[in-house]
Amino acid sequence: MIGSLHFGSAVTAAFLASLVEAVEALTIVLAVAMVRGWRPAGLGALAGLALLALIVVVLGPLLDRVPLHPLQLSIGILLLLFGMRWLRKAILRAAGAIAPHDEASVFAGETAELREEERRHAPYRDWLAGLASFKAVLLEGLEVVFIVIAVAAGRGMLLPVGIAALAACLIVAAIGLLVHRPLARVPENALKFAVGVMLSAFGVFWTGEGLGVAWPGADLAILAFIVLFLATAVAAVALLRAAGAAVAP
Amino acid sequence: MNTLIGVLKELGGLFVEDGAFALAIAAVVATAALCAFVIPRAAPASGAVLLLGCLGVLVMNVMRVPHRHSGAERSEEPGIHNHDS
Repeated sequence: MIGSLHFGSAVTAAFLASLVEAVEALTIVLAVAMVRGWRPAGLGALAGLALLALIVVVLGPLLDRVPLHPLQLSIGILLLLFGMRWLRKAILRAAGAIAPHDEASVFAGETAELREEERRHAPYRDWLAGLASFKAVLLEGLEVVFIVIAVAAGRGMLLPVGIAALAACLIVAAIGLLVHRPLARVPENALKFAVGVMLSAFGVFWTGEGLGVAWPGADLAILAFIVLFLATAVAAVALLRAAGAAVAP
Repeated sequence: MNTLIGVLKELGGLFVEDGAFALAIAAVVATAALCAFVIPRAAPASGAVLLLGCLGVLVMNVMRVPHRHSGAERSEEPGIHNHDS
């Protein structure tokens, strides 16, 4: 029961986070494809995927050699920084304090930027377009790799969590290839809110384990942390909205 | 080279976006570590310090934002562009 709770949270967090990252990478790759064609976009994306695979193959086995407590502590701290950054931003967006992330406007901005680059560096335009695609896939992919390792490391869950992340990426890629448009309807902030809550909860759990804290209920504590982070985040959104309403003319 | 520097900067940005926020999280972890390692009897309390500290840092940080932006048009925070998961 407790093991399956941990497993379910890890798989869900990796799947949802990978959905978000894949949607963001797809937007850039599509922008490159629209401006310079599918060849540089596809080659850049493939090069990014190849480098990601190389990183996983080289670094993956090294993780097994790191002692468990230092690994938990370092991954826990990184998860706290990463997850709470997502959650903070999702709260601010949900409360209307900052503008929501809009894939359509990112697509338009990226397309305009690529056209400007094309005008300024005409001889290298295919190279620059491929580089933009490569960078997007590499950066978003590194986030996916980090999340998979962070929620699964030390528990022997790398394979199922990795499969969940890969499935999310393949779903987004397939939809993107079919519709040829950025997936602007994906409720990105809701996904980031959920993932931010889960990663923050995992971050507290791992950091505590790394410090030698014996959490009451063992793995069940993760569920309690998820509930606490969720309740706090929802309350923060309500407080921010109330504060915003009070400030508004 | 510029691309590599850009990639490294963006990688750093995955973990640190608001410096004060990241610093506050680091301070909470350091306090919890202090409880756990320096005062072994306080080890169980270090978990509570960590959890409540993180929740407190989150709430305090987001509550500061409307004051920074009050009167201004609601927009993306300065220094944050849209490619910002």
